[in-house]
Amino acid sequence: MAKVTVDGIVVEVPNGSTVLQACELAGKEIPRFCYHERLSIAGNCRMCLVEIEKAPKPVASCAFPVADNMVVKTDTPMVRNGRRGVMEFLLINHPLDCPICDQGGECDLQDQALGYGMDHTRYEENKRAVKDKNLGPLVKTVMTRCIHCTRCIRFVTEIAGVPDLGATSRGESLEVGTYVEKALGSELSGNIIDLCPVGALTSKPYAFVARPWELKKTDSVDVLDAVGTNIRIDSRGPEVLRILPRLNEEVNEEWLADKARFSMDGLKRRRLDRPWVRRDGKLVQATWGDAFTVIAERLQGVAGERIGALAGDLCDAESMVALKDLLTALGSANLDCRQDGVLLQAGRRDFYTFNSTIAAIEEADALLLIGTNPRREAPVINARIRKRWLASKMLIGLIGETAELTYDFQHVGGDAGAFDGLRDASAGFGKTLADANKPMVIVGQPALRQPGVLAAVWELAGAIGALAGEWHGFNVLHTAAARVGALDLGFVPGQGGRDLAGMLNGGVDVLWLLGADEFDTARIGRNTFVIYQGHHGDRGAARADVILPGSAYTEKSGTYVNTEGRVQRGLRAVYPPGEAREDWTIIRALSEVLGKTLPYDDLPGVRARLEQVNPVFGRTNFLPRFGVSDRSGPGQGSGRASGPFGVAIENYYQTDPISRASPTMAACTETFATTPLLQAAE
Amino acid sequence: MLADRDRIFTNLYGQHDPGLAGARARGDWDGTAAMLARGRDAIIEEIKQSGLRGRGGAGFPTGMKWSFMPKKSDGRPAYLVVNADESEPGTCKDRDIMRHDPHKLVEGCLLASFAMGAHACYIYIRGEFYNEAVALDRAIDEAYEAGLIGKDACGSGWAFDLYVHRGAGAYICGEETALLESLEGKKGMPRLKPPFPAAVGLYGCPTTVNNVESIAVTPTIMRRGAAWFSAIGRPKNTGTKLFCISGHVNKPCNVEEELGIPLRELIDTYCGGVRGGWDNLLAVIPGGSSVPLLPKSICDTVLMDFDSLRDVKSGLGTAAVIVMDKSTDIVKAIWRLAKFYKHESCGQCTPCREGTGWMMRVMGRMVQGRADVAEIDVLEQVTRQVEGHTICALGDAAAWPIQGLIRHFRPEMEARIAEYKQRVGVPVLPGSLPIAAE
Repeated sequence: MAKVTVDGIVVEVPNGSTVLQACELAGKEIPRFCYHERLSIAGNCRMCLVEIEKAPKPVASCAFPVADNMVVKTDTPMVRNGRRGVMEFLLINHPLDCPICDQGGECDLQDQALGYGMDHTRYEENKRAVKDKNLGPLVKTVMTRCIHCTRCIRFVTEIAGVPDLGATSRGESLEVGTYVEKALGSELSGNIIDLCPVGALTSKPYAFVARPWELKKTDSVDVLDAVGTNIRIDSRGPEVLRILPRLNEEVNEEWLADKARFSMDGLKRRRLDRPWVRRDGKLVQATWGDAFTVIAERLQGVAGERIGALAGDLCDAESMVALKDLLTALGSANLDCRQDGVLLQAGRRDFYTFNSTIAAIEEADALLLIGTNPRREAPVINARIRKRWLASKMLIGLIGETAELTYDFQHVGGDAGAFDGLRDASAGFGKTLADANKPMVIVGQPALRQPGVLAAVWELAGAIGALAGEWHGFNVLHTAAARVGALDLGFVPGQGGRDLAGMLNGGVDVLWLLGADEFDTARIGRNTFVIYQGHHGDRGAARADVILPGSAYTEKSGTYVNTEGRVQRGLRAVYPPGEAREDWTIIRALSEVLGKTLPYDDLPGVRARLEQVNPVFGRTNFLPRFGVSDRSGPGQGSGRASGPFGVAIENYYQTDPISRASPTMAACTETFATTPLLQAAE
Repeated sequence: MLADRDRIFTNLYGQHDPGLAGARARGDWDGTAAMLARGRDAIIEEIKQSGLRGRGGAGFPTGMKWSFMPKKSDGRPAYLVVNADESEPGTCKDRDIMRHDPHKLVEGCLLASFAMGAHACYIYIRGEFYNEAVALDRAIDEAYEAGLIGKDACGSGWAFDLYVHRGAGAYICGEETALLESLEGKKGMPRLKPPFPAAVGLYGCPTTVNNVESIAVTPTIMRRGAAWFSAIGRPKNTGTKLFCISGHVNKPCNVEEELGIPLRELIDTYCGGVRGGWDNLLAVIPGGSSVPLLPKSICDTVLMDFDSLRDVKSGLGTAAVIVMDKSTDIVKAIWRLAKFYKHESCGQCTPCREGTGWMMRVMGRMVQGRADVAEIDVLEQVTRQVEGHTICALGDAAAWPIQGLIRHFRPEMEARIAEYKQRVGVPVLPGSLPIAAE
């Protein structure tokens, strides 16, 4: 520890800290543009100048290491003049277009200029103008506003892990760009908008839409992947205008994936805003009363075992528990949440969660990826893996389809046949895993579709020492935000119940789809009566006989369990459109019509029920670290794994009803995901 | 005045053979093995005793710099990097060393590397110095062939490799940390200090960066002794120095002289005097383009060494003396330097990136007189805002010539502004739109 005096305040900071950190500890705010805690230090903006006793010149506090008995002054004429000088330099070539700049109101330069800027300019020359760059459909650039802090370059290089952004030319002509014009090829590109301290990089879909002070800010949780990224929903009136990440060191640090950030324009399109009933083969508008009557009539006399329900990937736990309770009341055990056909069972929780926790990726010393592409399935987790890999080149192995990841990896094999080779602790990647103190296995959804893979991976994890008393290295990476919650609630076939395959092809007479769109609806039996409850007119709604309009994740207070098993709650930011209602209330209302009234009628009531079904719902936003207490594995099941695993996500930008309805995501798909057709040269 | 027998660079003018045989005839490579046998501490001590100060511009004591290198390796190799990116306008001393006396440099590299425990040395040579790089390569090949460097340098058992790396023409790559970046294959942008190169330098390893001249004089110091070297010159400014005199003198030249020689004596003795006589002198930039100029009144008496020039608010820099007689448009001359620094700024940190362009443009108007008298003060303040606020010294280098101009030639600038006002009227500034006459 070093003792540092900042403006007369004595603080103790660890050796190797910077002067800026010491100043922060002493409660002195240091202005900065280029410095960011999560990026490497550039020290180029020169705004954080402070005076250090015995130093002849002011020093950049962000880059200067502390020394014992250092005396720092943050408010002397030398410091003030230095910062004013830097501010003047930053402003001489910065356009004063704040009134038409989207960063206005949340601009670091604006804020600092209030403290260190002059009231007039002394610069009598023409200002510099820089040509804007086209970084693709997500990030809008106004490069004249750039102050060359290089935060974006450092983020893209270090955290996103793509070598796309850099500075060309030098001196006054220095420009940030992609060398040759191309779209920024990263699933985390939106974060450079948050990082940019000025309005050089702003959100393209959000351009000229709103001012920050007009927005209502609501804390929520992202549901477009299973990471459970903490988000802030910015809304105005009935519209969600913007989604930003919230800080959560244990989950997403301060990053947010592009799909979560930019697909909110899908919340306004293809929405189900009133009930619909199919009459004579055509869907016609109806009232809630009509819809409920039609359902009640159809259910009349249908045996419980002929009714089934499927939960989709974006569902909140409240609606799923309500639906499960209703089906149970109707005498049905036909429930399923595994639309993609993965062979996961409810029950023991560490067979289906990301047990190490996301934050513990930073502790792992060897990693085996099985049938997963974290870059597409969970970009934020991928960034964490890269962070760990950068720290000391952790060795990473991959079984499954090879992919363009943001770290080096060894391709161990393509299918389950590769597991046996890894048991050899004397050579190859098997030795790496055996030598590791905290080996980690991440298994993805495609692998888990094959019989026996879950058991085999668990056994492999045990063999390489990933299942220890203090270290649980077995991890399932989910892609659906609702999946872990559904498994926690036991939204799987009960005693004698049918699973997804059993319910299709006429296995049931009435099928309730709770936002379930990710399976082939053509496989539903011709005479099966389909009730679709959801928020978007997607595949499920197209096949429905009755449509009950529900709400999207921004429109309800919902509980979600992320892939780690972390229970998190999102708050309602806006009201659902038209006649649409919060999902659990729809089920509660219908239960009354069916004469099977559910025993809760407010949110605390449903949540009490959740906790009753599974106590994990009683503990939100907190996840204890645990080791393995029981090493016995899941049952083998019948059948043998064979063939390649395949991939979970073909097109990162369109994976669910919301992103499929989003024009921005469609533009991204066009830019990034479609393979250019090879034209025959004739 | 320096006696001929005390000259180190005896083939500065290329009259003799620059090859190994010629170099040996001039005394190079004589007893190198014995010098190495004295051990690294003895070499560093000898250089410290000699009082040699870095010849690249900053004048930091060379022996002390060497002593910063770790005595015992922590597993990382150490490197010596020789800065041959001589790009300072007016300076051409290293060029002639490499052209005509390359073996002095090669031998110096071996000695210095040995003293710092470095088995590899890189010479980063200015890209434009094609012929010099060829000459240097030839000398290195000769040294390898003769076993002077290589696996067993001079039979001492010390393995030593020497590489020449050609730059690509950026002035900023002469800054030691930008040079290291460039050598690593990255964009030549100065690094933040600390950590200093002696701790974390080339490829993250302990590194010392020295000027060509500093390295090239070490073998002679070792041979003739620190006492001999420190007896030349003035206290704390010891030894001989290559001066490059250019501009309005009758015979521009490079010459080796003792530090502390009066400027007037230097010009009159070696350059045939100022064009049109001493009284025709207007100003002198005594140490390469980045130091403030001196008007004739100071030039009359000033001595050419680090401390004397610092006392008159200028500097010895690289000892490139640029002489300007009364025919010079002094404002335009300084504007040209401002333009140079604007062009060469790496653009990394704010004050230099933005300030150099600002200074150049205001200077451009000052040349015409199309400015306001108050703008001279603004210009002065801008130079102060740049100076000392940047990562490297390029910001300072850009500011100092203008500060020198304003300090010594403010009346000239004011007269020009007044003349413009009388001739053309109130100046229209570029940032404001011209207002149409009603």
